[in-house]
Amino acid sequence: MIEQSRRANTGHIGSCLSIADLVAAVLSSLRGDPDDPDRDRFVLAKGHAALALYAGLHASGRLDAETLRTFGENASLLGVHPDHATPHIDFSTGSLGQGLSVGSGAALAARLAGSSRRAFVLMSDAECNEGSVWEAAAFAAHHGLANLVVLLDANRQQALGYTADVLEPTPLAERWRAFGWDVNEVDGHDAPALVDLIDALDTAAGPPHLLLADTVFGKGVSFMEGRIEWHYSPMSEDQYRDALVQLEAARA
Amino acid sequence: MRAAFTASLVELAERDPRIVLLTGDMGFAVLEPFQERFPDRFLNVGVAEQNMLGLATGLAEAGHVPFTYSIATFASLRPYEFLRNGPALHELPVRLVGIGGAFDYGPNGISHFALEDVGVMRLQPNVTVVVPADAAQTRPAVEALEAVPGAVYLRLGKRADAVPGLDGRFRMGRAEMIGDGTDVAIVAIGTVAAEAVRAAELLADEGLDATVAIVSSFNPAPEDDLAALLETVPLAVTVEAHYATGGLGSFVAELVAERGLGARLVRCGVTTMPSGSVGSTAFLQERHGLTAEAVADRSLAALRPVGG
Repeated sequence: MIEQSRRANTGHIGSCLSIADLVAAVLSSLRGDPDDPDRDRFVLAKGHAALALYAGLHASGRLDAETLRTFGENASLLGVHPDHATPHIDFSTGSLGQGLSVGSGAALAARLAGSSRRAFVLMSDAECNEGSVWEAAAFAAHHGLANLVVLLDANRQQALGYTADVLEPTPLAERWRAFGWDVNEVDGHDAPALVDLIDALDTAAGPPHLLLADTVFGKGVSFMEGRIEWHYSPMSEDQYRDALVQLEAARA
Repeated sequence: MRAAFTASLVELAERDPRIVLLTGDMGFAVLEPFQERFPDRFLNVGVAEQNMLGLATGLAEAGHVPFTYSIATFASLRPYEFLRNGPALHELPVRLVGIGGAFDYGPNGISHFALEDVGVMRLQPNVTVVVPADAAQTRPAVEALEAVPGAVYLRLGKRADAVPGLDGRFRMGRAEMIGDGTDVAIVAIGTVAAEAVRAAELLADEGLDATVAIVSSFNPAPEDDLAALLETVPLAVTVEAHYATGGLGSFVAELVAERGLGARLVRCGVTTMPSGSVGSTAFLQERHGLTAEAVADRSLAALRPVGG
């Protein structure tokens, strides 16, 4: 992820680091082959963090290194925001506020088909600024879409500031509960625990599920963590080397 | 027209189990036949058109053919970006159904007047636009949707009278001709086509022979049919219950310019935002030059200019 971001000179690296563990948990949980119509669906509603998805697809053997290295290049499928022409990517995204509706439609389709398949949506806390999110939240709860699992990346940051300073009248957990959701407050960087929790959710009956994931923007890179500028800034060569050293040290 | 739509949709749904009907809390005394026949395939999603389009995207990706129903402005403009990034981009068979063109909602006012819906939908290469001119044409138009693999915007008017001489003819991507005059071509779309046919009769009284060409679809649009017609006449007059820019008038202007056709063009459509004055559909159509008399007058003025 760090290598591709540096090579392509793109931003959004802070968001990508924030959701890396959430992506890992979803990709580990997905059931069904990509060409099986009865497979689980996954919508990366916060499309600007697609590089984390590409990295996850690569790490799980779904995307080869050669393709990954085309990220951001001319004529590549792999843009900053994901394209559904890419194998294992169900939906193109990039416009915030649309993914939850699409995921709700996928969950509704499973119910109409009598299928036990699930729909996963990974969205952001700032995305909750979009009114359409609440249209979908109300719909999914009203219709008891138990097979809809939403991971909400609560990194408390958005493009120009902290979510608490921009537009957050009430705590998100309270709001989603008030909308009728099963709200689970979780550590967004503990992928194994997330996988276990997802596996234990009742996706056959009851309300839709929200995993309100406490995350750190820029997780794992000291000079990025919690810093607004890493929403847009690409890395310099020195910053790139520093970030790699830190992440490698954490992995060792 | 709306009753014809529901009847046709029920027939389609009988043979195509993929069809589901979503409504944004609209369709009282219109959609009940579908709801009663297919209660499990009908869903009122509430007053939430953006979510309706997102739901339709997820449903269509899984193999359904969702119809989404609302008043034309709410069906087309509110969820426009959801359509663009959803069914249009993913090439999915979602059918947006919008009720009412221009002044069909009369005293309800500007929020209910679809004046740019056809234009913005026509801009999307992956969206087929279908605009029947009367109830008889609605039936074959709805049936023709079966063969469209991608997204569709279907605009239905509320006007009840038939377009004389059209006789329910509809072919996707083709123009249906009424008459064969060579003095003027009147190109019309939607229920206001009835005024175009009557304008041709008024012009006949003046000794001018018109052909009325009914356009009922874009993407595909009847380019060759209209080009062949407009090669043979000195004047084309477009008639649409829509802003004069963006829709049929703009399409014909593009065609005339790109094909190097000789016909002069007069566009009858709405040119100002119709605020500050409500009234009946007929009153508003007259005020905005969408009556047979106004179309005939503008045709005459172009063909026989004062002092010309």
